[in-house]
Amino acid sequence: MSEITATSTGAVSADSSSRFYVHEHHPENGTLLGFWIYLMSDCLIFACLFATYAVLGRNYAGGPGGAELFELPLVALNTAFLLLSSITYGFAMLESQRDRVKQTLIWLGITGLFGAAFLTLELYEFTHLIMEGAGPQRSGFLTSFFALVGTHGLHVTFGIVWLITLMFQLGRHGLIRENRRRLMCLSMFWHFLDVVWIGVFTFVYLMGVLP
Amino acid sequence: MLDHIDLTKLIFGRLTWEAIPYHEPILIGTFIMVALGGIALLAAITKFRLWGPLWRDWITSIDHKKIGIMYMILGLVMLLRGFSDALMMRAQQAISFGDNAGFLPPHHYDQIFTAHGVIMIFFVAMPFVTGLMNYVVPLQIGARDVAFPFLNNFSFWMTTFGAGLVMASLFVGEFARTGWLAYPPLSGILYSPDVGVDYYIWALQVAGVGTLLSGVNLIVTIVKMRAPGMEMMKMPVFTWTALCTNVLIVATFPVLTAALAMLSVDRLFGTNFFTNDLGGNAMMYVNLIWIWGHPEVYILVLPVFGVYSEIVSTFCGKRLFGYTSMVYATIVITILSYLVWLHHFFTMGSGASVNSFFGITTMIISIPTGAKIFNWLFTMYRGRIRFELPMMWTVAFMLTFVIGGMTGVMLAVPPADFVLHNSLFLIAHFHNVIIGGVVFGVFAAINYWFPKAFGYKLDPFWGKCSFWFWVVGFWTAFAPLYVLGFLGVTRRMSHFEDPSLQIWFQIAALGAVLIALGIGSMLIQFVVSFLRREQLRDVSGDPWGGRTLEWSTSSPPPDYNFAFTPRVYEGDTWADMKKQGYKRPLQGFNDIHMPKNTAAGFIIAALAAALGFGVIWHMWLLVIVSFVAMMAAIIIHTFNYKRDYYIPAEQVVRTEDARTRMLESHV
Repeated sequence: MSEITATSTGAVSADSSSRFYVHEHHPENGTLLGFWIYLMSDCLIFACLFATYAVLGRNYAGGPGGAELFELPLVALNTAFLLLSSITYGFAMLESQRDRVKQTLIWLGITGLFGAAFLTLELYEFTHLIMEGAGPQRSGFLTSFFALVGTHGLHVTFGIVWLITLMFQLGRHGLIRENRRRLMCLSMFWHFLDVVWIGVFTFVYLMGVLP
Repeated sequence: MLDHIDLTKLIFGRLTWEAIPYHEPILIGTFIMVALGGIALLAAITKFRLWGPLWRDWITSIDHKKIGIMYMILGLVMLLRGFSDALMMRAQQAISFGDNAGFLPPHHYDQIFTAHGVIMIFFVAMPFVTGLMNYVVPLQIGARDVAFPFLNNFSFWMTTFGAGLVMASLFVGEFARTGWLAYPPLSGILYSPDVGVDYYIWALQVAGVGTLLSGVNLIVTIVKMRAPGMEMMKMPVFTWTALCTNVLIVATFPVLTAALAMLSVDRLFGTNFFTNDLGGNAMMYVNLIWIWGHPEVYILVLPVFGVYSEIVSTFCGKRLFGYTSMVYATIVITILSYLVWLHHFFTMGSGASVNSFFGITTMIISIPTGAKIFNWLFTMYRGRIRFELPMMWTVAFMLTFVIGGMTGVMLAVPPADFVLHNSLFLIAHFHNVIIGGVVFGVFAAINYWFPKAFGYKLDPFWGKCSFWFWVVGFWTAFAPLYVLGFLGVTRRMSHFEDPSLQIWFQIAALGAVLIALGIGSMLIQFVVSFLRREQLRDVSGDPWGGRTLEWSTSSPPPDYNFAFTPRVYEGDTWADMKKQGYKRPLQGFNDIHMPKNTAAGFIIAALAAALGFGVIWHMWLLVIVSFVAMMAAIIIHTFNYKRDYYIPAEQVVRTEDARTRMLESHV
């Protein structure tokens, strides 16, 4: 980023060449900032779902409540899967910084498997609830529960699709600049979902089983 | 036999021949007009062999200037549609008294007022404002394009296909009959079982994604891509207001998305977010939609505040009075706009404390807004004012908007609001601020930046015709509505019994006709200006004596905007450069790094619209196919790593030399 004329900063000169840069300046990290802003907008979607859950979460309409429905050990296991997947993603990032494509891919694969395990358990929980007659149509509480947890699950699903796509791209092109940037974006996305889940776990499950 | 029926359902869902409104003469007439116009347009494109250029230079273009122009065209086209709805409503209300039922049955009338509101806000005002920001912001900050050019193209097509879904509802099925915010339980499946509300939901969801992404895009552009030396407090005011607007977009559109998604899920799967029984809560929807909806009006008006600021300082030939206070006023409005949503439903019954809080925050907004008005007035004070078209619109805005603002403060008083709520007084108020603020501002901006975009000024005679018809028409149309509001007339009525009210509606209808003449004059203005473009040519690139960087490049600007990235020392950069005797660089040009056009945005947006159409009509096969295709298109697009190219230095030299010759030939 050299410039042809370096006038002393702030000094206004009549010399026209001090009026422009001859060499391109490229914005750094524009994508990461943009992705952060996108994540915050996504966070607002979750905020709305949390708010809706806060308003509707005790409207059982004569149906079952959280204390009767939630199986905390199952949810604890699920939480562990998701938290571990964040750690393994971190390992993938460390490996990518050491320029080791193969190890990066392995850690990414493990992350994806944890994500898939999380989804499987969540789907199991959902079908179980629906079989019991506690589906999303049953009450305002269950509607907002399924919406909040389901939206999070949907995000994890898209995260896994993205992860697989990115693994292909890493395999094909290696750790080039674009791929490092994408790895970083997915990393933010993945950890973001983890943070949201901690909110879900606390707010929906732990507080839900309180009498 | 059973299989056959299921297959039909799978493909066509609930779409049958019944959905085509061939029994409604108004719609058939409209359809014939649209079809004839469409065929003529397609034939003309074919005849003049424009398909190739159209596809290569416009549809797939990621140039922020072309996308900005396309947004403006979308806004204009939809303005005609939204305004014809307005004319029909005014005509209906002017004649539908006593025994006369008017020409619109309630079923149709309700769709029209809903469509009018939805179209005017989402597909007229939003595209106008987004288009202006798209065109002007990168030029004002000395950048070559926005931060994410592909995303910009995608955003535009999402908005356009959203508009397409609304238009489709005119001829296939029907539109919502719920009012522009579709409150449940009226918009729930029990009271609105047809496709109208689904059209509403999916048009807005598709367009909303586009708006959100363009918000992210412009924030990053402004934060990261300013020319070296342009500190935040040296940015042009329009760029500042654009930044605040886009922050608001990112902070509110997700709420709209969430609220509409919940409504849609209620309608599709019988869940209980907003239902009356089984623990739903309709007021939750009303709260959510206004948490988006109130900031939305500031999303519309803040950028035009920026427009007025640029125009006032340019046409008074001096720096804007109180730049710093203008910036802080904008920021304060940005924050406060998020704290007032409840004033849209003081009658919800949330109690005196809550209503007082929201009443007071609402009134506080008038302080920074008032500060802005005084800044503009003090800029004019002892300035050398040139009353060209942009400045005329600005003065009309200041007079009109102040009155709209004052009626707004009246509505912010909860006890007064209990009386005026849902009356025509409210209708008069928000048209007063949206037309007097946003629409006038957009017209000011069109007249101001048109020469930059096309290389010639707009014809002043027809511009003045348009101006006077609009301003007089606006007051003729909406002053009677204030009166009617005080008389207690409520909104959204298709028929009245009391004959003493009729005269006011007839005056309002006359006003609508005057506005129609204003719109007509504007269209003539475009044609006349195009025909007289040689006399109106802007050779200098700086036709108004501008003060910001967009006027330092040619009109229209080259693809790369600036041959060299400018260096900024002062606010009002271009005025400062001119004062310091700036000379255009004539040699030493380099290759310029630019983003490459792509069809991906158009394709993905089209598939998203197909997905929406499928959900509206319960065509589950189409839903699955278009969803899979959309995901595939997105993934395939991510495999494209070659998204840029270099404009060779020779081409830059040719472009710049051509400009040098042009400047020399017109000294």
